[in-house]
Amino acid sequence: MSDTKKFVYINRKAPYGTVYALESLEVVLIGAAFEQEVQLVFVDDGVYQLTKGQDTDGIGMKNFSKTYSALGDYDVNQIYVDEQSLKDRGLTMDDLQELTYEDEDDDWAEKSSMKLVNREQLADLISDADVLLNF
Amino acid sequence: MSTLHTVNKSPFDRNSLDTCLSVTKADATVLMIEDGVAGAMQNTTASAGISDAMAKGVKFAVLGEDLRARGLPADRVMDGFSVVDYAGFVQLSADHDNVQSWL
Amino acid sequence: MKFAIQINEGPFTHQAADTAYQFTKAALANGHEIFRVFFYHDGVNNGTMYGVPPIDDRNVQQMWSELAEEHDLDLVVCVAAAQRRGIMDEDESKRHGKGAANIAPKFRISGLGQLIEAGIQADRLLVFGD
Repeated sequence: MSDTKKFVYINRKAPYGTVYALESLEVVLIGAAFEQEVQLVFVDDGVYQLTKGQDTDGIGMKNFSKTYSALGDYDVNQIYVDEQSLKDRGLTMDDLQELTYEDEDDDWAEKSSMKLVNREQLADLISDADVLLNF
Repeated sequence: MSTLHTVNKSPFDRNSLDTCLSVTKADATVLMIEDGVAGAMQNTTASAGISDAMAKGVKFAVLGEDLRARGLPADRVMDGFSVVDYAGFVQLSADHDNVQSWL
Repeated sequence: MKFAIQINEGPFTHQAADTAYQFTKAALANGHEIFRVFFYHDGVNNGTMYGVPPIDDRNVQQMWSELAEEHDLDLVVCVAAAQRRGIMDEDESKRHGKGAANIAPKFRISGLGQLIEAGIQADRLLVFGD
């Protein structure tokens, strides 16, 4: 086996109601230093993690939604959003933050990190993973 | 690569089994554990989806210890399921290339 | 085969830690290796020595300590998750000016990197949670 493994994070929980989203993000940030291939999947209620305009002042909890936009700086730029989950919740990509990265192989052009996937593509992402981290 | 999917939620409580079944490939196995074992019983609203996946080639297993703990008789588990113990769970994890836990 | 185990829930509220324990025991009994057990989220609560369950109930924390003793398991509690939830070893407790350590025998506190390393080193990583 090669030295690099494909780590796929499957995020299925909404933020704030439980701690999973926040602590998953903490794993992703630490994991980025290990130079493995990293893919993030947002499916089911996990898509709520990426909504725009989160304001947690009223609930007295830390708003960590801005951290997602820093993922590009950590070379985490393969972010997959499940289309069906958005649809089921009356959401579109326009409701989500736009996550980008600067492509060093393309004169640091700013590119989108996000891809909309269907269930067949999601099946491939899961099946091709070396390590699946479930939150 | 083949995946072992574990489901630990009752299909009557959460959508974990539904989402799982929508992404299982023909070479995958779905193992129901903890409260997830409820999904293995005959004649439930989950049965049709499971039968469809079986027809596609997906294999199904259920953890016997969790069935027994919940008073769910193994003879009322859907046809086509294998009832495994913890050693069987370990073996399934070794036999597949990765494990996806639908928490 | 080399397994890594991640546990996301504490003892008692969810079955996750029990299932992980039974899995780990069965894996060892069948000649497999457990590279590491990593406790994350509320899973860090498996590592307190102060749990005193009723005498007719299992003691999940103690079961882990004993299994680790018997098989020299590497039980790692995530430091960030542990600090949030008040699980401390001697060093942590001193550093944060707390009265005493409460980490159970055979558990150690370390960083999230230990989870990633477990994913890299082990043949399979299994997550137990809710």
